[in-house]
Amino acid sequence: MSQVADIKKVGWDRNEMAKRAAQDIPDGAYVNLGIGIPEQVAKHVPDGREVIYHTENGLLGMGPTPEVGCEDPELINAGKKPVTAVKGAAYFHHADSFAMIRGQHIDICVLGAMQVSQNGDLANWSTGSKNAIPAVGGAMDLVAGVKTIFIIMQHVTKNDDAKLLEQCTFPLTGQGVVKRIYTDLAVIEVTDKGFELLELAPGISLETVVTKTAANLIDSRLKYSGGTND
Amino acid sequence: MIDKSIASVKDAVADIFDGATVLIGGFGEAGSPIELIHALIDQGAKYLTVVNNNTGSGHVGLAALIENGQVGKMICSFPRTANSTVFPDLYNAGKIELELVPQGTLAERIRAGGAGIPGFYTATSVGTVLADGKEHRSFDEAAFSGKQYVLEKAITADFALIKAQTADRYGNLTFNKTARNFAPIMAMAATTTIVQTIQKVEVGEIEPEHVITPGIFVNRIVKVSDPQQESKLIAQGVSYP
Repeated sequence: MSQVADIKKVGWDRNEMAKRAAQDIPDGAYVNLGIGIPEQVAKHVPDGREVIYHTENGLLGMGPTPEVGCEDPELINAGKKPVTAVKGAAYFHHADSFAMIRGQHIDICVLGAMQVSQNGDLANWSTGSKNAIPAVGGAMDLVAGVKTIFIIMQHVTKNDDAKLLEQCTFPLTGQGVVKRIYTDLAVIEVTDKGFELLELAPGISLETVVTKTAANLIDSRLKYSGGTND
Repeated sequence: MIDKSIASVKDAVADIFDGATVLIGGFGEAGSPIELIHALIDQGAKYLTVVNNNTGSGHVGLAALIENGQVGKMICSFPRTANSTVFPDLYNAGKIELELVPQGTLAERIRAGGAGIPGFYTATSVGTVLADGKEHRSFDEAAFSGKQYVLEKAITADFALIKAQTADRYGNLTFNKTARNFAPIMAMAATTTIVQTIQKVEVGEIEPEHVITPGIFVNRIVKVSDPQQESKLIAQGVSYP
């Protein structure tokens, strides 16, 4: 039994990554959530906090997925999935929606990523493959306009290739835009010094994270938890 | 007397000419003016440049217009969609041109076109391949200093095809939920804006405070009270024509 419990405690699963990121979204924030794991952040807002979700196709005050049978094809999110509108929601056209983004009115955006570099460059729209149809959507607008960009992603690819790099190899979505990264192994902040480790997931060693990060990693856990390195 | 009403979708799109630039509203199926698009397929105009966020799904609506060989170029932000094979196949065969534009830049280029602004500077895409070849500059003003911006040019068009929830004969419009998306800005940016509307009401019935698109931006109104739903047609395996 104890062995099973131990295995379960190694690292964070997708839901736990979303839950961890939700802890860092303050009361009153206007937040845009990307498609995939970031969408799950909305389920984990800590009690006592009120957060307003923006979806760039034209809704502020996005609510949870409707019950089966109550879907409205004209009430969808940016991933074209059915959603609901909370009390106090507002609809608007695309130019207004992206004015909220470009004009820095949205506080936080949570996105997925293919690669992040130590200076905060983000690659999440294209692998640069000649055979793929290029498709960018609103990713470049979001990273250029939103004040704080959080990333939720697996620490490495399915083939165990590093995604946290000195320099991205895929085409960029934006330069120097990423603030904080939540992976299955750790929470990492991008600062002027590079990648700073803030927190390890349960059962994960510093060595593991260092090995799976293809850039310098500064251990800032004491600083982040309020202690000092002295 | 002003009355922008047109009897049929066929009459509404009759003068769309070969080589025209056509703005088509909708984000996926939400707000897609599917009856107007099908009328344009029946009408047959070719070598069109079409502006839409996507490239359609299945074999109906925008995907069917592309499949029918009427579109020479797409200007869009996200040409990949679930159930979409028409555009990818033509693109990979080199038979259709693509201008890929970030979604917010696409919206603002259309809004600028409708507002008589030939271009604008934005930080979106700076440092990426989508900014290659575009004019860059910086600004001294405090709110914008320390950043590079790229020049983006307005989009204007010969025609816009959009879907409204309610219209009066002046062309005042309201929309339904997130089906609004690109419609109000597309209505502004086209020489001739053609609207299919679910409801037609008397002038004065839409509260002035509730008008979303003022009638000045609209040229033709055609009532389609029970529009088809793209995803239902796709589920039924329907192809148009």
